[in-house]
Amino acid sequence: MSAEPTAAERFAVDALLGPPSPSGDGEPTQPADRRVVFGGYRHSVESRHLLLPALHAVNDAVGWVSTGALNYICERLLVPPAEAYGVAGFYALLSLEERPTRVAHVCDDVACRTMGGAGILADLEGRPDAHPSPCLGQCDQAPAVFFQRAGEEDTVLVGATHDRVVEVLAGGSIEEVPPIAPQAGDPSLRLLKRIGTVDPTSLEGYRDVGGYQALARAVEIGPDRVLTQIKASGLRGRGGAAFPMGIKWEAVARSPDMPHYLICNADESEPGTFKDRALMEGDPFAVIESMTIAGLTVGAERGYLYIRAEYPLAQSRLQNAIDSARAEGLLGANVAGSGRAFEIEIRRGGGAYICGEETALMNSIEGKRGEPRNKPPFPTQVGLFGRPTVINNVETLINVLDIVLEGGAAFAEIGTGESTGPKLFCLAGAVARPGVYEVEFGTTLGELIDLAGGVTGNGRIGAVMLGGAAGLFVGEDHLDMPLTFEDARSRQATLGSGVVLVFDDRTDFPDISRRIARFFRDESCGQCVPCRVGTVRQEELLARPHGGEPLDEDLFEEVARVMMDASICGLGHTASTAIRSVIDLGLLERSRG
Amino acid sequence: MFGVGGGTCSYEEIETTDVILLWGSNAREAHPIFFHHLMKGVRNGAKLYTVDPRRTTSAMWADAWLGLEVGSDIALANAVGREIITSGLHHKEFIQHATVGFDAYAESVEPWTLQRGADITGLPPEVIRRMAHDYATAEQAQICWTLGITEHHNATDNVLALINLALLTGHVGRYGSGLVPIRGQNNVQGGGDMGALPNRLPGFQDIEDPVSRGKFEALWGRPVPNQAGKHLSLMLEAMEHGEITALYVIGENPAQSEARSDHARSILRGLEFMVVQDLFMTRTAELADVVFPAAAGWAETDGTVTSSERRVQRVRKALEPPGDARDDLHIISALAERMGRGWGYPTAEEVWDELRSLSPLHAGMSYRRLADVGGLQWPCTGEDHPGTLFLHGDLWDDPLPRDPAPFFATPWAPPVDELSEEYPIRLTTGRRLDSYNTGVQSRGYSSPLRTAVAVEVAPADGTALGVAEGDRVRVVSRRGSVEAPVLFDRSLRAGLAFMAVHDPDEVDVNLLTIDAWDPKSGTAEFKATAVRIEPLEEGVENRTGVRSVANYPA
Amino acid sequence: MAEVTLAVDGTTVKVPDGSTILDACRALGNDQPTLCYLDNLTPVNVCRVCVVEVEGNRTLVPSCSRPAEDGMEVATDSDRVRHSRKMVYEFLASTVDLGLVDEETVAWMDRYGCDPDRYGPPADPAVDRDRRKAGHHQIGPGTVAETVHQPVKVDNELYVRDYSRCILCYKCVEACGEDAQNTFAIAVAGRGFDARISTEFDTGLTDSACVFCGNCIGVCPTGALMFRSEYELRQAGMWEEDSQTVTRTICSYCGVGCNLDLHVQDNRIVKVTSPMDHSVTSGHLCIKGRFGYEYVQEVGDLAVTPIDEILRRARIDDRGRRRRPEPRA
Repeated sequence: MSAEPTAAERFAVDALLGPPSPSGDGEPTQPADRRVVFGGYRHSVESRHLLLPALHAVNDAVGWVSTGALNYICERLLVPPAEAYGVAGFYALLSLEERPTRVAHVCDDVACRTMGGAGILADLEGRPDAHPSPCLGQCDQAPAVFFQRAGEEDTVLVGATHDRVVEVLAGGSIEEVPPIAPQAGDPSLRLLKRIGTVDPTSLEGYRDVGGYQALARAVEIGPDRVLTQIKASGLRGRGGAAFPMGIKWEAVARSPDMPHYLICNADESEPGTFKDRALMEGDPFAVIESMTIAGLTVGAERGYLYIRAEYPLAQSRLQNAIDSARAEGLLGANVAGSGRAFEIEIRRGGGAYICGEETALMNSIEGKRGEPRNKPPFPTQVGLFGRPTVINNVETLINVLDIVLEGGAAFAEIGTGESTGPKLFCLAGAVARPGVYEVEFGTTLGELIDLAGGVTGNGRIGAVMLGGAAGLFVGEDHLDMPLTFEDARSRQATLGSGVVLVFDDRTDFPDISRRIARFFRDESCGQCVPCRVGTVRQEELLARPHGGEPLDEDLFEEVARVMMDASICGLGHTASTAIRSVIDLGLLERSRG
Repeated sequence: MFGVGGGTCSYEEIETTDVILLWGSNAREAHPIFFHHLMKGVRNGAKLYTVDPRRTTSAMWADAWLGLEVGSDIALANAVGREIITSGLHHKEFIQHATVGFDAYAESVEPWTLQRGADITGLPPEVIRRMAHDYATAEQAQICWTLGITEHHNATDNVLALINLALLTGHVGRYGSGLVPIRGQNNVQGGGDMGALPNRLPGFQDIEDPVSRGKFEALWGRPVPNQAGKHLSLMLEAMEHGEITALYVIGENPAQSEARSDHARSILRGLEFMVVQDLFMTRTAELADVVFPAAAGWAETDGTVTSSERRVQRVRKALEPPGDARDDLHIISALAERMGRGWGYPTAEEVWDELRSLSPLHAGMSYRRLADVGGLQWPCTGEDHPGTLFLHGDLWDDPLPRDPAPFFATPWAPPVDELSEEYPIRLTTGRRLDSYNTGVQSRGYSSPLRTAVAVEVAPADGTALGVAEGDRVRVVSRRGSVEAPVLFDRSLRAGLAFMAVHDPDEVDVNLLTIDAWDPKSGTAEFKATAVRIEPLEEGVENRTGVRSVANYPA
Repeated sequence: MAEVTLAVDGTTVKVPDGSTILDACRALGNDQPTLCYLDNLTPVNVCRVCVVEVEGNRTLVPSCSRPAEDGMEVATDSDRVRHSRKMVYEFLASTVDLGLVDEETVAWMDRYGCDPDRYGPPADPAVDRDRRKAGHHQIGPGTVAETVHQPVKVDNELYVRDYSRCILCYKCVEACGEDAQNTFAIAVAGRGFDARISTEFDTGLTDSACVFCGNCIGVCPTGALMFRSEYELRQAGMWEEDSQTVTRTICSYCGVGCNLDLHVQDNRIVKVTSPMDHSVTSGHLCIKGRFGYEYVQEVGDLAVTPIDEILRRARIDDRGRRRRPEPRA
């Protein structure tokens, strides 16, 4: 479909890709003189990963991606327009239609909807510049609104009100709010010790409190011994799957297939989760330092930090940290005098929960649709760009600093046998002091809620959402459950991403369930039949009781089973677990009357 | 080449080769399914060089596109050859073992420095060097070509120049390495196989060799002419001079397909007697004294055709031909009968079995086997022979069981139709994806891709002429002129124009082309015409359906 | 070649290393249902109808792409497998028009006892599917079952796209893209239930990169993509597959030598396909091979002459003299 880009669109793309060169890519500046063009298929393959950044560049600059802009990106990167269109349309935050220059994405997800989000949205109904949004990762300061502003940085409004949203849409500005750090100053903290006490924009400040000592130590002892310590630590992934880190790292470190890649998964999108945001905003150097250690250890020269687009503050802090570190020789061709090279590049998501799935995330970086891959092969064998890849989330990586400094054995002393180390939890909803809390594994659910000041509202727990929308709801009988991987498993629960979202007993659980069903239908990538259709059928089944019919529990169970058994990825596998737990707790029945 | 005329490789080999030189071929449009195999190779890591004056949709995929001057192929090949030799990258053992004439060849390319190659081709010397080194150092490499090589006045030398490169590097006779001419028509190869060459009997047996001839004479009970006949260009000359006065044309449309077509038509008109056997009342048939309506050889009759990988495959009758149309075989047999030398009315299989008894290359290819295994590749010398994946493997046998392969010195000569102030633009012609030759067959279906034949020029030339896309212009060569709408094509550089050949009724491109032809093959120089383009007065209705198709690699 | 030994439904089988579970099942004559799998395309394992249970795996695995391993114990007919397959078929049948799928698929659906009606009456066809945005959908009342039903796309003289029949198996995208044609005129667009096969901005095929090779049609398992000749004969009630002959021959155009299967009804070619298992084409053709046959039969311009009219004429007099086709603009 033919269409030319506007000057602004061309400028935005060229700012990212550089000006077109006469022979290096698709479109030479001087066709009349052209005798030789290099590139072709190889150029197309090698530049495909720039597709999402290029789409972002245009979307950021002019607010949407027109046909002419898409064509220009396609010419520059030699990407077929149909494919680029398919990629652009995969992401909720990229618009393929003209829209207002400012757009509000109002969170009405499980945490914000009961805290005023749903009301704000209802009052904005009909406006072309306001849309509902899945969880924005600001549950401790609900309700939250994410603004896209053409030609300006994206921004987030927390503690939002209808009037403030309208103001911002009309051109008003948003001031930065101080981070919520309920445990700040507690000397026993490990992961959160700098949050709220150390300037997150200053490398010097970070170094003053011991920052970059772990990297120095890692360089001193070398990758093999770092790996030994990681294995000894018993550290497991904090993203939900709890896979032993040492095994992952070793598999990649030992692989002869080069190059290796490291990815920090900062696409924190599980509803109710905001701990990684707290780390990235409050302690960005620690994220960069731990990635650097990981990169050197697994033999990667390039690391990608894939962050969700809804975290603009975290992104700018991380970019500042990367730039500062590079200026000090802590990234680059010779990292901290190690003689080894390591670089970190930030990649921004586009509004797609599924891209938190590790293989979907890799496809997204590669410039493809964020559809999960079938496993096996696993990323440690065939990962980013088909190469061995370690992918860890932010919280997991941060643990590496203490492990390197104190040794794996000391780390393994913390927590319990299978669940070693400290753990972050995201307390929100009906608690007095919402925020990110650090405890040792083994703390009970009740103790954790008490740490956050106990239950607010009417003071009676209706249910606690554990582990996110992909987790499940538990009742008061679980308050004594020690929060460990093994206890969660034995009680058919999960820690998931560390969500502890408390609902009092006046909560409209059928409404919460429908919101979760809507979430999974919206966020399913659509690739496999069980999830693509199952999430629709699940939502329809839940909608029927809303109209007065009883839930067909048998059919719900059948739908849930096929999603769990036959979907490609974790999204489908868990798309019904939380709703099923609501049914099991009898909450779907109870609240209906 | 080297005695038998056929591509040395099978299609499957290009899927795993390391370097591909696609030279004078827009396979993506002219041979799309071959291009599927080629793209598998590219995806498997093969480096692709395309050598073509136009940056075609095939060239879009190339690691490097070399947009040389039209007709400078030998200059490029010689410069590549010299670079390989001076860099010591030639395959000395292979040359020593399996070839003759290397020293003379090396001497002949000695003047072809990179700089001289660059001067003639218009390419940067560095890119010539790069292609030479990549080709020479590849484990496996193929050179593939089509009409961009053969539709020149020095077509045979063009081909020999490429063969020299393969001999120089040992890229022939091994799996994945070879020389791959992709045939333009579905049975060009089969025509050659069957002896439709002036100097060959079926199976590429030499007509001047009494032993070969004797086999045929014994079976047929008739003497076979003992010297080579004329190829098409010589036949036209002979007709012009009154040496040939009668012509039997089967499935060919020379009144429109020949270069300088008005001249060809006047020659045909001057014949005393012409018979045309065709599916259609073509422009040639309109000039004939007798027209035999023929059945379509691929859907209305049985038989075989041979593909560019030497694969003999069966065609089968799926439809009853319309009206009085008859199978070619029937017409020829009936003609023989009326001439008093009838041989009855054999089936296609009976004719084929006779061929097998005379042509060792085809001896093992029974109809049953051809059907069972999806075709066989010659040579297939017996019923238990599996057919041959690639040719000339015996060049690597020790001791060499055959005559060594010869190098040929290939002097470069520029296109006959020289550019001048009066005719400053180089016009080249070719095919489009959805159309075919003079369009007699391909006009029959509704292609959404089809556009009116236009003269395509670089946008810069269009601007210089002061015309807009869709404006009608007059294209004038030293022989004639045509009017056509103009289309801007970014795949063309300034000074180069392109026209498709598919709609001679609307735009008779071959009024422009030159009938200079290669003395060895008889092919005319369709690819290099000198023209000028004149804008027509304003206000002429835009009659083009202008459409450009994006073809992005990915 | 190295072999691996595994057990399928208790029967031991040896297959070459690199085989899939599906290969192993087929080696035993124990065929499995497939929809998105085709021998000449890269497995995408998205339909999930071929899933099997492998001992030690938490979830079911797609047999079409999971490599067979030594010691694997595979169950192809366990409760879980039967349930998932039934549900996948039901999910598809309740959202997509499966009226033209092959008989094998119908037999599998019967075997697993599919009842697509139990999700409620189908929702009305939608006209906005091509404009739906990722992450936002209209929430229905739950009283009807959502479908992909939508208007048929007829934007050229050679193809018809009826995406009401599309199960999103990705085959057409693969055939148009890297597995064969390398044209990339179509791709998957949108997300979730609104994911769909589309050109850029849903532009018509004639305005896209499409080169009308028909290779997408060649691999479509549900009749969502169809040659216009077949579509119009079906619309006219004149598509008679039982009376058709299929004759293999070689394309009359360039010298590559592509095998064509000519589907002939009433002495007229009504469709051209190519054998998947032939080394030259692997089932794929170009526009000339696929559609360039018209010159051997007197067909008027499809743009102005309905195909049923042409066929009716042909039945009355299919011995007419062949005319030289007139040039088309």
